[in-house]
Amino acid sequence: MRGVVKRYGEVTAVNGLDLTVPDGTCVGLLGPNGAGKSTTMRLLTAQAIADEGELEVLGLPLPAESKAARAQMGVVPQLDNLDVTLTVEQNLLVFTHLYRVPRAERRAAIERALEIANLRDRRGARADELSGGMRRRLLIARALVHQPKLVLLDEPTVGLDPQVRQELWALIDRLRSEGASILMSTHYIEEAERLADTVVVVSQGRAVAVGRPGDLVAEHAGREALEVYGPPARLREVEADAQGRGWPTRRTGTSVTILRAEDLNGDAPEGERRPANLEDVFVLLTGEEIA
Amino acid sequence: MAATADKPRRLDRAALTGVLVREVVNFGSYWRASTFSSTVEPTIYLIAFGFGFGSLVSKVNGLDYVQFVGTGTVATAVLFSSVFPAMFGTFVKYTYQRTYDAILAAPVDTEELVTAEALWIAARSGVFGCAPLLVAMVFGLDPSWGMLLVPFIAFTAGFGWASFGILISAVMKSIDNFSYVTSTVITPLFLVAGTFFPISGLPHWARILANVNPLYHCVQLVRDAVFGLVALDLWHLGFMIAFGLLAWRLAINRMEKKLID
Repeated sequence: MRGVVKRYGEVTAVNGLDLTVPDGTCVGLLGPNGAGKSTTMRLLTAQAIADEGELEVLGLPLPAESKAARAQMGVVPQLDNLDVTLTVEQNLLVFTHLYRVPRAERRAAIERALEIANLRDRRGARADELSGGMRRRLLIARALVHQPKLVLLDEPTVGLDPQVRQELWALIDRLRSEGASILMSTHYIEEAERLADTVVVVSQGRAVAVGRPGDLVAEHAGREALEVYGPPARLREVEADAQGRGWPTRRTGTSVTILRAEDLNGDAPEGERRPANLEDVFVLLTGEEIA
Repeated sequence: MAATADKPRRLDRAALTGVLVREVVNFGSYWRASTFSSTVEPTIYLIAFGFGFGSLVSKVNGLDYVQFVGTGTVATAVLFSSVFPAMFGTFVKYTYQRTYDAILAAPVDTEELVTAEALWIAARSGVFGCAPLLVAMVFGLDPSWGMLLVPFIAFTAGFGWASFGILISAVMKSIDNFSYVTSTVITPLFLVAGTFFPISGLPHWARILANVNPLYHCVQLVRDAVFGLVALDLWHLGFMIAFGLLAWRLAINRMEKKLID
């Protein structure tokens, strides 16, 4: 994607976004709610048409050849849209047809998807009998029946508990190791940190930083962060003082964090030192206030 | 690679098949309810009018009343089994179940999605439309070869009404607004179609209304197919086809606006 702009009336959801997913890698679109992540996903399947800019998927220009592009893409939506009265296996069968898996390969494609999602034992269960985590695994499996070259994952673990998220992370990691390119949107920092080869931090429809998670942290937040705790009045005081001295800070709600703490000299306030992380970068780049 | 090597075309068969397979597989889980409502309701009309009016009126346009109403309610069955599933089903699938989001992320375009959905509903109407004839036979309608045309007429009419229903669901912002369409459009069309009483007895304006009513043309065509076709039936058929094509294209156009940002 180059210089892509998408407006909805007065609102500009995507505002000059550049985005590249190198073959066989996982790119994480990291941004707060409303940053334009879901719109970006819709643009890539031509369910939204860009007002400006160029889009290309697997060498195919969009929207002109989007149908051919979609045939080689797998999409895992944020909102569950399984056919709930169908069984696990029937859901997959329908998608082998929608994705044009040749008749002779359908059986094997379904088995493979069941295996990837670890749902073999539940093949006969209706989708509405599955747990939240299983449904999500089925959604992912459904997107893989045709062995897509590019997989779009829109907030793959939103609203799930930590155990289920880990399970899904393992699944996504396996996909990548098998050579699929992945574009994943998320607002979970840990998810981007663990899975993405490249993180694109998105804010207000633009890419504000691109790089490997570790590089982004080093570049924008330094090595160490200093957490200063205290009552709200004290936090404001620390923040004003730090800003006066030109130290980068961010809030965490209960503390003020001074970034690049490795550069601080002896007159820094008392606090706990910890390694800088992607969350620091995220808050620094996408703003502290929730719009 | 699973994807076909050919460059995808408009309205290509693989896309239509994909959407149809989804419907057929889903039908397995709700066919009882759907078949019940689509066949029982017209049958109730048939029996109620057949006995109720049948005791007052013995002949209409030279037919026994049960023959008149038995063939007429074919159109009722077609209407009920196409326009309502299309309106509600489409709305539920794009708003609540978000099924269309998933289908359009696959190599299927809106045009193919709408076409396949309309074809599927039309196929069901082709079958359900025959139910009133079977019931009417029990009450004395004689079988005829022309009846074999009825599934095809029902299919053609069903395609138009299904497209019309999809169009309505694309235009309406809320499912509650459907009652406006039902009350002001569908119910009058249903009544002024020559199903239960001949339109010849109606005032002039109502006869004009009936002539632009696709359901009226369906009623006439079915009746003539059963009792003997005449040249005028080409006009009835032409009108139904024209209605179907128009509703189909409009439905595609409005759904594209709705589904593609």
